[in-house]
Amino acid sequence: MSKKIGDVILDVKNISLSFGGVKALTDISFNVREHEVRAIIGPNGAGKSSMLNCINGVYTPQQGSITFRGQSFKHMDSHQVAVMGIGRTFQNLALFKGMSVLDNIMSGRNLKIKSNILMQALRIGPAEREEIMHREAVERIIDFLEIQAYRKTPVGQLPYGLQKRVDLGRALAMEPQVLLLDEPMAGMNVEEKQDMCRFVLDVNDEFGTTVVLIEHDMGVVMDISDRVVVLDYGKKIGDGTPDEVRNNEEVISAYLGTSH
Amino acid sequence: MAFFLETLLGGLMAGMLYSLVALGFVLIYKASGVFNFAQGAMVLFAALAMARFAEWVPLWTGISSPIAANLIAFIIAGGLMFVVAWVIERLVLRHLVNQEGTTLLMATLGISYFLDGIGQTIFGSDIYKIDVGMPKEPIFAFESLFEGGVLINKEDLYAAVIAAVLVAALSLFFQKTATGRALRAVADDHQAAQSIGIPLNRIWVIVWCVAGVVALVAGMIWGSKLGVQFSLTTVALRALPVVILGGLTSVPGAIVGGLIIGVGEKLSEVFLGPYVGGGIEIWFAYVLALVFLLFRPQGLFGEKIIDRV
Repeated sequence: MSKKIGDVILDVKNISLSFGGVKALTDISFNVREHEVRAIIGPNGAGKSSMLNCINGVYTPQQGSITFRGQSFKHMDSHQVAVMGIGRTFQNLALFKGMSVLDNIMSGRNLKIKSNILMQALRIGPAEREEIMHREAVERIIDFLEIQAYRKTPVGQLPYGLQKRVDLGRALAMEPQVLLLDEPMAGMNVEEKQDMCRFVLDVNDEFGTTVVLIEHDMGVVMDISDRVVVLDYGKKIGDGTPDEVRNNEEVISAYLGTSH
Repeated sequence: MAFFLETLLGGLMAGMLYSLVALGFVLIYKASGVFNFAQGAMVLFAALAMARFAEWVPLWTGISSPIAANLIAFIIAGGLMFVVAWVIERLVLRHLVNQEGTTLLMATLGISYFLDGIGQTIFGSDIYKIDVGMPKEPIFAFESLFEGGVLINKEDLYAAVIAAVLVAALSLFFQKTATGRALRAVADDHQAAQSIGIPLNRIWVIVWCVAGVVALVAGMIWGSKLGVQFSLTTVALRALPVVILGGLTSVPGAIVGGLIIGVGEKLSEVFLGPYVGGGIEIWFAYVLALVFLLFRPQGLFGEKIIDRV
């Protein structure tokens, strides 16, 4: 791949997270470079989603720090994370079910809207122009994700694969610098997976968005990611390029089991 | 014919007032997915504040004009509702982010009792009067069309106009503004809303504050009709069928639902009453709501309930 990978943009240091007596994460460190596709893999219950939720501010780790663009945080606040330019999608879809596809993706523009309520309500000059501008941006995303036909459909009525796309679209509407994808291909058939892979790679390519994704499908992970972190029982057991990870003894045993 | 029209108009205006209370429910439900049990308590609290400050302001400041006193009382009561919204967010809602709807419902039940209690502790538990100078005398309309004209209660007419304006402004706010969209987003999914940078805490303060002001207006109008007393909280119960009829998520639904129930109550009382015995007005709304729950649980305008298995 000929793309330019930049400096470290997100640096996770010594993160430990436990829920009561259950240790979800133990002393995890890894970094993410600008413009790269970074995958987090591991068996079920390895702590992948917990890791993402720490970065996203949903969970507060007991130990460790997260550095984003040179700023270090002990605790990330969900809203603040969004303001800083980190978008995310959800493993179990968390779309606004009653709203149309269009409104869902428009809501992703929330942080970018500057005009005040009164101006919006009365559709006065700048507010109108702004709305049109945002609508254009959203239309580009709709075209990009090839969901033109479903613009006005309430997302609750769409099939699962399309809902996943809308979820991605909403995150894209924020124009994030870093995109956290929590199992974007879970529960999809081969065709849908291929489509989703293409979207992820295109986002990475065209917009230069840094992507951190969690995925189960090893084939997919090895194909699209630049570097891979492997977690098992909340511990990091591997980190490196897909090839390095593939040949890592510990990783192989975690995935395939060892013969005794 | 004139009598029918008179009943119809009376029903419409009474319905507008139901809509006003129903609107409070809809607002909070739309923006947090919570059925706010405390709406009735908020109406009482706001009305008590309004009534008492209208009494106290002239004593404290020596303002003698009742209009000025009422206006100041309204502003103070509005400010108080803002404080109430802020405190509720700080002490209750903030700690219940991402919790089940039932948990939040129970929390509002608690808020309801608390507001009932503290309202009467601060402002007293007698029956108070709100007199905003709404004209009481009836007017006769369409006198050229019908003999004797159609009798309209001027007070009801004013109240209906106030309610209509408020309702129009709020629908505009919800449907046409980005903030309205953010509110709807929060109602659907807290976590997702946070992930795209919608500040949950601020949204909740805004919406409880707006619901507080709606409660204040409702309390003012109902209070000036019935007097400000504890039974005012039951006005909220009258609004329940309206919400079921119109749909919990729809501002226009609250209005149409209110009008249907207002008109239905009056017409059935007058025209059906003689055959089945009176008192229809008391149960009509609830039976109608029951029918709706059976056949169209999302209400007339509510968002369709979609569930994947």
